[in-house]
Amino acid sequence: MSTTAPTITTKVALPERDPGSPNSLRAGDATKISVRHLDFFYGKVQALHDVSLEIPERIVMAFIGPSGCGKSTFLRTLNRLNDVIPATRVAGEVLMDGRDIYAPGTDVVELRRKVGMVFQKSNPFPKSVFDNVAYGLRINRLTASKAELEERVEQALRDAALWTEVKDRLKTSALSLSGGQQQRLCIARALAIRPEVVLMDEPASALDPGATHKIEELIVELKKQYTIVIVTHNMQQAARVSDTTAFFLLGKLIEVNSTERMFTNPDEKLTEDYITGRFG
Amino acid sequence: MTTLTALCTVTAVGILLIILGYIAMQGIGSLNLRFLVESPKPVGEGGGIGNAILGTLVLLGLSSAIGLPLGIAVGIYLSEFGTGRFGSLVRFLSDTLTGIPSIVTGVFVYTIVVVPLKHFSALAGGIALALIMIPIVARTTEEMIKLVPHSLREGALALGAPQWRVTLGVVVPAAASGIATGAMLAIARISGETAPLLFTAFGSRFFSYYLDQPIASLTVQIYNYAISPYDEWHAQAWAATLVLMTLILSINIAVRFLTRRKF
Repeated sequence: MSTTAPTITTKVALPERDPGSPNSLRAGDATKISVRHLDFFYGKVQALHDVSLEIPERIVMAFIGPSGCGKSTFLRTLNRLNDVIPATRVAGEVLMDGRDIYAPGTDVVELRRKVGMVFQKSNPFPKSVFDNVAYGLRINRLTASKAELEERVEQALRDAALWTEVKDRLKTSALSLSGGQQQRLCIARALAIRPEVVLMDEPASALDPGATHKIEELIVELKKQYTIVIVTHNMQQAARVSDTTAFFLLGKLIEVNSTERMFTNPDEKLTEDYITGRFG
Repeated sequence: MTTLTALCTVTAVGILLIILGYIAMQGIGSLNLRFLVESPKPVGEGGGIGNAILGTLVLLGLSSAIGLPLGIAVGIYLSEFGTGRFGSLVRFLSDTLTGIPSIVTGVFVYTIVVVPLKHFSALAGGIALALIMIPIVARTTEEMIKLVPHSLREGALALGAPQWRVTLGVVVPAAASGIATGAMLAIARISGETAPLLFTAFGSRFFSYYLDQPIASLTVQIYNYAISPYDEWHAQAWAATLVLMTLILSINIAVRFLTRRKF
């Protein structure tokens, strides 16, 4: 994540939002994650400024914004993966099912089991296809028998729409799969431990249109069971797969709205400027 | 430019080939099965280097048993946790240690192991060789682990793996072939060492695998035979050299074979 400010700094003045107001978008849905006044620092550089946001259950929420706007950083605060980067600091609250995940004594391992993640660049382990998917199940001791393990692996691969392509080569190296297959394998790996939330950091940015299409279909399918938060550079993609969209700029959350509204008639002028391609 | 560098290359490789060829020519004459399995005999009665081959293997096994786990552990520490000042210090010291003349290591082990135990031993030889291995193994392990992409670590962490499981279950296996290369190169390096064994393992004219007794080794045997006044022993020294070189060459070939990318 680049911490250098984008060149637009001088051109736009950021409006002050009312930081306390959560964006209730779909009042009927239960809130899965509630972020309140979140600040994030890389050393002395502040990457997120007072972000407050509610993520309802079982929807797809997309984060859009120019490079370096903090959307990936924000995503990674939701499973505390930024903890592994030295000299980072968080202020504010991230409530998941009402509990602050940054409260002292929080079991990070337990949290990450509930919040799966798929990365921008597919990162299968240099192990077999089967062992990749089984990894999370094994380390968390989620299965009681070999048969159950095999069943869960198969289910995860089916959920990731990969089973038919790899069922005859479960013992071969995951690195022998194509790029799109590797990314779906990483999705299967994340799904195998049955998380409640799946974070996706530009999951299709390195894939060709065909593979991208498959991933997008998959995302739409997955939201029946999971809450999905996806970071994307591709606004068409956000429009295609998400229910709600959040727009970040310079570490601030500018607007959260239903995706339809966001791309047709956004509330904020800055959002409109970004979406119509005036900067970014 | 091309001509000049090519000429230098031919010279360097040529010298190597001449050495190899000369040793092969001198050594092949005295080489036979009995030479490989018998222990040394007085001048004029033949004898062999069986005990020295066994001794070298014992010493290599012993030093690997001590040096590899320690060296690999240090390498893992340096790459995964050695970001601070202590890490830099360890890195600097281990680079310095790599450059220490091996006879100094021999004298050091003589002082701390041989003198208190009051006699030379295979154990002392193994420790001396292990001390030479540790920094080499540590630094190659560190470099190999650093090559493992950070995304693999994050992938494992994101699945709820604790740090130690990420390191041992994902990162180290991903670097395994590189770590094995480093280990094998360190073994190849110490199998040619003579000086650290002179005051530690000392040498022996008999078959022995007792760790608390002096033990023979190819290098020390070659040294002893080479400085002797007898033509027969000179010939045997050449043959032993050929055996030693074949051993090191085999290790190097094994490295290449074992560390081919499987995936």
